[in-house]
Amino acid sequence: MNKFTEDDLKKELETKEYEYGFYTDIEADKFPVGLNEEVVIAISKKKNEPEWMTLWRLEAFKVWKEMKEPEWANVRYEKPKFQDISYYSAPVQKKQLDSLDQVDPELLKTFAKLGISIDEQKRLSNVAVDIVIDSVSVATTFKKTLNEKGIIFMPISEAIQEHPELVKKYLGTVVPTTDNFYAALNSAVFSDGSFCYIPKGVTCPMELSTYFRINEGGTGQFERTLVIADEGSFVSYLEGCTAPARDENQLHAAVVELIALDDAEIKYSTVQNWFPGDKEGKGGVYNFVTKRGLCEKNAKISWTQVETGSAVTWKYPSCILKGDNSVGEFYSIAVTNNFQQADTGTKMIHLGKNTKSTIISKGISAGHSQNSYRGLVQIGTRAKNARNFSQCDSLLMGDLCGAHTFPYIEVKNKSAQVEHEATTSKIGEDQLFYCNQRGINTEKAIALIVNGFSKEVLNKLPMEFAVEAQKLLEISLEGSVG
Amino acid sequence: MLEVKNLHASINNKEILKGINLEIKAGEVHAIMGPNGSGKSTLSAVIAGKEDYEVTAGSIILNGEDLEDLAPEERAHKGVFLSFQYPVEIPGVTVTNFIKTAINESRKAKGLEELPAKDMLKLIREKADLLEIDRKFLSRSLNEGFSGGEKKRNEIFQMAMLEPKLAILDETDSGLDIDALKVVANGVNKLKSKDNAVIVITHYQRLLDYIVPDFVHVLYNGKIVKSGGKELALELEAKGYDWLK
Repeated sequence: MNKFTEDDLKKELETKEYEYGFYTDIEADKFPVGLNEEVVIAISKKKNEPEWMTLWRLEAFKVWKEMKEPEWANVRYEKPKFQDISYYSAPVQKKQLDSLDQVDPELLKTFAKLGISIDEQKRLSNVAVDIVIDSVSVATTFKKTLNEKGIIFMPISEAIQEHPELVKKYLGTVVPTTDNFYAALNSAVFSDGSFCYIPKGVTCPMELSTYFRINEGGTGQFERTLVIADEGSFVSYLEGCTAPARDENQLHAAVVELIALDDAEIKYSTVQNWFPGDKEGKGGVYNFVTKRGLCEKNAKISWTQVETGSAVTWKYPSCILKGDNSVGEFYSIAVTNNFQQADTGTKMIHLGKNTKSTIISKGISAGHSQNSYRGLVQIGTRAKNARNFSQCDSLLMGDLCGAHTFPYIEVKNKSAQVEHEATTSKIGEDQLFYCNQRGINTEKAIALIVNGFSKEVLNKLPMEFAVEAQKLLEISLEGSVG
Repeated sequence: MLEVKNLHASINNKEILKGINLEIKAGEVHAIMGPNGSGKSTLSAVIAGKEDYEVTAGSIILNGEDLEDLAPEERAHKGVFLSFQYPVEIPGVTVTNFIKTAINESRKAKGLEELPAKDMLKLIREKADLLEIDRKFLSRSLNEGFSGGEKKRNEIFQMAMLEPKLAILDETDSGLDIDALKVVANGVNKLKSKDNAVIVITHYQRLLDYIVPDFVHVLYNGKIVKSGGKELALELEAKGYDWLK
């Protein structure tokens, strides 16, 4: 018969593999598993860190030991065994690299598979890339071009050496070491990440981008990103991430801090595609991330995220709107399929006068997955005329998945205006038949419908990545209707 | 062009079509009329391949090819077009993007390259002008917030773009005022040719004043109970359906 049944769809989905699930066989310098003060000191030493940094880490470790893992999120998983993880792994490189020609060819192949060409192509698309594999940054492009403008874009480990005054001044000011369990852990053991400083009045001439990759098994990735946009500057930043397909769960606990000084603007986009686990829900990355930005006067921070990967996601990119007239934005697409779970959203903390925030969240759930939006809009007592608009839309496919919305609103100033809209819809058979009748097969029809649903957020991504993100949505949802 | 032979179809084990026979040649316009629940919309859905219906006997042959094993999109690629009675909304997908996808999917199925954006745009403009469609309309979300007339006009626009061999217009007149009806009918007449065929499904003879059929069939209780020329429609208008039972 002419029926494209649910079974066919399922079969198709099963044959669809995680495209980035390869493992690169490069020699790694990896610490034995376990975590104690010695390990923290050893990481610091490995990085040739100054004493203040070592002490900062140890302080964080002390705090972490006293903390408990948060359990309030709408996710169920087996807690990571923190003593079974290796906290440092680095691709072995023979010596300091002067040019890309000296990079391990296996590594270069990895980049190619990831779709990263660290060469002319990127020059054309105007993107400077920093690549972090396992725990260390392995390549940063375009340093020279950026240097001319006084822009600092380098691995954070190098920044600690070369710009200690900046790092010391800002690290941990937006996300303090005591902030939460995973932020404390990250502060103690982070081994690399990206650092970016845009000087006063400078508009960064290209997208800055970091690519994160977990390669080694049994390791955690704890990267730390610090972006400082000095007065009147502008930067657009993009991060992408992938990991090999592994049976075990891998832990990723990152911290991202953004500081937008007076009149500055930071646009931070994420395409998160960590390994989501297989169709039975085995394996996959635990993505427990703390991201927060601070806006001074007239500053603006805009978070855009496309979350398609990870077995469990716990992530709330937030804005502290401290300065008067500052603006915070959060645009999110979170896709869950199979047994993925996501609890994601944002916090908009309005402290200054005339502060504005916008939240657009699009959740798409398929398979047996659970997708939660959790958001806090807080208007402080001094935040006169603060405004917020929130819109949370959920799209369901099939009847085994779930969509949840947990909006929290706290208003302490009467002049505030807070709006919240939410919708839930399901991809209907009528929609699919309509598309089919016009010659569009079911897979393509789903992609079309999902793209339409997500359009408001996709439009916020830098052009180069919008197409990639669209494709990713298609891949993540192929064969997911039933 | 189309041969429907002894077609039986049911939904949830309830038989709706009870032996339909129909032959349509290229260049012809056939009207199918009948009271509510006679099986008119089922017939169009079954020809288009909607999976909710089970074909229990008989066959549908399009240009010599049995459609039985073909999915709805494959039938579309072969030139079957259904103008829906209730076109669905697809938020965030523009009229242009939707038709572009439909055209390119059909081309892909035929082993052709995607139509270059420039040519696509030209084609869209040409067809929009033919049907007197405002350019602004093309960048709106598909059917979202459309009036009844806009929805139907959009269906005919898609038909113009896809250039089907067999177009089935399912109650295209429902929900239209007389001006909108004229516009839609005009569009269909402009698209008619000696190489394609049209099935007009309707309750009322009103639409047939504008799209003049070569043949009229009366569907009653899952069977065609009477066929005739265009004068049959007028007779039905005057006498109702009861005399045919």
